[in-house]
Amino acid sequence: MTTTITLTDGSTEDAPVPAEKRDDSSPLLDIKDLRISFTTATGTVEAVRGVDLTVYPGQSVAIVGESGSGKSTTAHAIIDLLPGTGKVTGGSITFGGRELVGLKRREVEDLRGREIGLVPQDPMSNLNPVWRIGTQIDEALVANGFQGSKAERTARVAELLGEAGLPDAARRARQFPHEFSGGMRQRALIAIGLASRPKLLIADEPTSALDVTVQKKILDHLEGLTAELGTAVLFITHDLGLAAERAEHLVVMYKGKVVESGPALQILKDPQHEYTKRLVASAPSLASRRIQSAHARGTEAEDLLAEHADESATAAPDVVVAKDLTKVFHIRGSRPGAHTDFTAVDSIDFALPKGRTLALVGESGSGKSTAANMVLGLLEPTSGTVQFDGKDVATMSAKEQFALRRRVQPVFQNPYGSLDPTYSIFRSIEEPLALHRVGDRKSREKRVRELLDMVSLPQATMRRFPNELSGGQRQRIAIARALALKPEVLVLDEAVSALDVLVQAQILTLLNDLQAELGLSFLFITHDLAVVRQIADLVAVMKDGRIVEHATTDEVFDNPQQEYTRDLLAAIPGASLEIGA
Amino acid sequence: MPENRYEKAPRPGQGHYVAAPEDVKVGVVDAVSTDEAPSSMWREAWREMSHRPLFWVSVAMILVVIVVALVPGLFTSQLPRQGCSLANSLLPPSGEHFFGTDKNGCDIYTRTLFGAKASVLVGLLTTAFVVVIGTVIGAVAGYYGGWLDTILSRLTDIFFAVPFVLAAIVILSIVPSRSALAVALVLASFGWTTIARITRGAVLSVKNNEFVTASKALGMSRAAILWRHVLPNSAAPIIVYSTVALGTFIVAEATLTFLGIGLDPSTVSWGGDLSAGRSSIRTNAEIMFYPAAALAFTVLGFIMLGDVVRDALDPKARKR
Amino acid sequence: MLWYLGRRLLQVIPVFIGATLLLYALVFLRPGDPVAALGGERGLPEAVQQQIRAQFHLDQPFFVQYLYFLKGIFTFDLGNTFTGRPVSEVVADALPITFQLAIMALLIETVFGIGFGLFAGLRKGKLFDSTVLVLSLLLIALPTFVTGLVLQIVVGVQLDWLPVTAGRDPDVVSLLMPAVVLATTSFAQILRLTRTSVIENVTADFVRTARAKGLSRGRVVNRHVLRNSLIPVVTFIGVDLGNLMTGSIVTEGIFNINGVGGTLFDAISRGESVTIVTMSTVIVLVYIVANLLVDLLYAVLDPRIRYA
Repeated sequence: MTTTITLTDGSTEDAPVPAEKRDDSSPLLDIKDLRISFTTATGTVEAVRGVDLTVYPGQSVAIVGESGSGKSTTAHAIIDLLPGTGKVTGGSITFGGRELVGLKRREVEDLRGREIGLVPQDPMSNLNPVWRIGTQIDEALVANGFQGSKAERTARVAELLGEAGLPDAARRARQFPHEFSGGMRQRALIAIGLASRPKLLIADEPTSALDVTVQKKILDHLEGLTAELGTAVLFITHDLGLAAERAEHLVVMYKGKVVESGPALQILKDPQHEYTKRLVASAPSLASRRIQSAHARGTEAEDLLAEHADESATAAPDVVVAKDLTKVFHIRGSRPGAHTDFTAVDSIDFALPKGRTLALVGESGSGKSTAANMVLGLLEPTSGTVQFDGKDVATMSAKEQFALRRRVQPVFQNPYGSLDPTYSIFRSIEEPLALHRVGDRKSREKRVRELLDMVSLPQATMRRFPNELSGGQRQRIAIARALALKPEVLVLDEAVSALDVLVQAQILTLLNDLQAELGLSFLFITHDLAVVRQIADLVAVMKDGRIVEHATTDEVFDNPQQEYTRDLLAAIPGASLEIGA
Repeated sequence: MPENRYEKAPRPGQGHYVAAPEDVKVGVVDAVSTDEAPSSMWREAWREMSHRPLFWVSVAMILVVIVVALVPGLFTSQLPRQGCSLANSLLPPSGEHFFGTDKNGCDIYTRTLFGAKASVLVGLLTTAFVVVIGTVIGAVAGYYGGWLDTILSRLTDIFFAVPFVLAAIVILSIVPSRSALAVALVLASFGWTTIARITRGAVLSVKNNEFVTASKALGMSRAAILWRHVLPNSAAPIIVYSTVALGTFIVAEATLTFLGIGLDPSTVSWGGDLSAGRSSIRTNAEIMFYPAAALAFTVLGFIMLGDVVRDALDPKARKR
Repeated sequence: MLWYLGRRLLQVIPVFIGATLLLYALVFLRPGDPVAALGGERGLPEAVQQQIRAQFHLDQPFFVQYLYFLKGIFTFDLGNTFTGRPVSEVVADALPITFQLAIMALLIETVFGIGFGLFAGLRKGKLFDSTVLVLSLLLIALPTFVTGLVLQIVVGVQLDWLPVTAGRDPDVVSLLMPAVVLATTSFAQILRLTRTSVIENVTADFVRTARAKGLSRGRVVNRHVLRNSLIPVVTFIGVDLGNLMTGSIVTEGIFNINGVGGTLFDAISRGESVTIVTMSTVIVLVYIVANLLVDLLYAVLDPRIRYA
């Protein structure tokens, strides 16, 4: 078996090799057997249990793991920024040959920013809302010994912002964080991280809160910039695809330990540890590629897909049809009379065939959730119609509309907001049955048990409360609740987006099984094209309230017609890697 | 083509490492824990509170005050006006008069015990009124929004602009009878604004939750959603504020009575006794100690309880 | 910023009218005829009573009376008290004293409240923090008049450090004790609020970012923790001005100060409607204006409000 590796996106490879020749034969950062504990009310919890990690000068390394794996904790320990009661209890961290564990406060302060920079995770909360962007970069310059007058610093700040890819930097520097979009804030944070030219940049999920196309642009830019400056980068990410694409060396963490580490592609192609295997198998971006390659080689998979596509094209009647659907919001301005009309959804048409999945894909602000809410009857369309089995919802009587509620049910994104925390699981799942007067109390309990079985949760779960369950479990409950009234259509609004990869894969499998078993139709709202590949039959790509491309999943992935769709596809982390096995 | 970074040979220390399978056991993804007893948010808050000594201290303090208020006879065989005689004026503490006697020769110990009733009654009644008025106005404003919200919020602003003790002074100087009920109603008439604002804020943040949207998608009526989902989830800040406010209202009543416009002089109350004792502040300041201490004890009980309840119910506080 | 200011001013008008109308209604709906009661047992001659009624517009319908009153407020022509002294003069006498008292109290509570709160918040869970927390609860539980009496007895009578009462034309020294009394409850509340807010901000993401930049601890605390913690404190001070105003009624009563509160209290015991409603209106007006100022300060501190 031969392996060919190609980089479809070669642009980043042209980054110039740094002029100065450094000694890069000895590690820049060397972590040995690092242990970190947190003290809680119930005792000590060891969050990191013996981690080894090596980063060479100018190299990019990624730590991959799910939430709670200890990846961020490890990274924060390097610059002594452990939260709360966190403490390094063993092992060593050497940086440029110098031991960092046990440094004095002032010594660490000298190190931060100047030697090691940080680009934090959430651009919304990592800038102080009360200071101008420029001030916050200026602070970093002053703290790290930038010599120069105020005017020189102002110029330098603008230069740094421009370097981070922010146009009109001098003016932007005088603005406040709330005047910036997420992507712009992330660029400002990159400017801060690189302000004093550190040798190592820790990038803690630097783009996970951003739209994929923005994410790609920023990561490309960061990659070019650090290559130019010769900065080593330590990526912290949950996304295996992203890690493999951006780093040459991968460290996979699970429950505070390194389960596998090594050259990025080798791990991706030939995972050895059970956990890494699961991770590779579940990563949506990688999964889609596998189907693609199988498709290309003309195996069974392709036949299956073709068969499937065939079916959807001919047999299934449409259960939901949206015609010329439009929603205009009136937005009140901050000053009197400053009303603006915002067209969230702009005359879109789509049809959801019975027993199939239609994915509405788009980035934030594309209008996909507004469209979903109109299908759910939660928002009144400004114009256009939503039809169920050929009947216009707007013309239905109140009674008919109430009856229709049983046929269309939603599952939302936020696993922490979708269940009433004051309701037991039983009450949550039973509520739709009680409201629609289905059966008596006894038969309803039977149905709740049945539903819990359906979503593969133990029946005893019904006596528990949402705060006792994980995100994935809550999402299962939300699905059980949505299924209680035996609906025909489920509107899944980013239903798996907030979940860890493995859990996400589980829920997607569950949804697939339920669809086959119950003949459900799914309207699947997502920003994540990679997931679409795993679940959807049809795709409608939305941008600025319009559907720009509407076709079968295969067509969209194999032969995208629109520039925007191609951008979206290219932005899927790991999309630039192609492994022909 | 430039050098491909993926084809470089691994550097020292960066070879392919795999942890031994027995070293890190890969668990079942997302298993439900079955060992612990089910626990709701409220039960968890209770568990949190019951571990704090301050909680039990404040509960004990409040219980003592309430028992004294209900049956002061348990602790004294006298009545507050019984055996008052000017001949006994300003006696020092003794076996017969634990705290001594006041100017009228009444037993201070007995009067202090009997004073609890007025304070507790006004505090409880005012809080009850305020919670009802404030919750209704705040919930309706926050939940239904639109012009209702505009009107109710303005109304709240107007009542808020008149400090409630000032309003109480003005009103109480008008009303003929100043029973505990009357004083409570007067305090409540301008005291409801904070709770209305708190409720409105809580309702606003709850009503955009996805579980509320899910109930809408089930076809549940707006009123039912407000009652079954929004209000129960807005309860925590209301409970916290009410506990603290109860203490505040007791202070307000005592203050007004001290100023001579609170409870009728015929009612035995701490504020009244303090007011009476004030005339001998230069000579016999100690007689004011007991009602003042009782008052502070009571208020402290409620304020401490409110503090503990806040820590237990506020998820932000709990994380810390 | 200008739009924000304009919007806030527009919101104040209905609040002012509503609040004064409420007060006016309350005072004038009181039973009994104040004019008839003026002459004591014998009463004034009917003609004199008529004249007084006409002078105070008491023969007009309620709403007209209210409009006359509003006009009076804005022209500083508030008529005379029943005893013949111009109400505006009474206000002019009382207001500076109360202002001085309130500003002293405000300074004491903010300086010490923020200082102690910051210190406790940065040392969360340590001895200083726990002690301060318990003591602050005690201070909140103590009614203003109790604190006042205790200080009078201890500092005034027993130690004889400060004058027991302030009297006419009080100076800073004689106002010190009343100011401390007035400030106690709010001091404890500001302390607790600052502490909570500091604890919250210390763990905020942007503070971590500031530390990661390499800022020294002092700068992180000053520019990121303290600065951001002031925002909720400022909001509280706005609300608290109401407490200061009503607290002044009690405090001025105890310390015998002829400020707004003291005058108001005297007027109530004499049933002097015009003075009551004027003094109450002054308090409400001061309260509303102060809240407006606090809102502006809030906007200065928090750019998100400024540009909203």
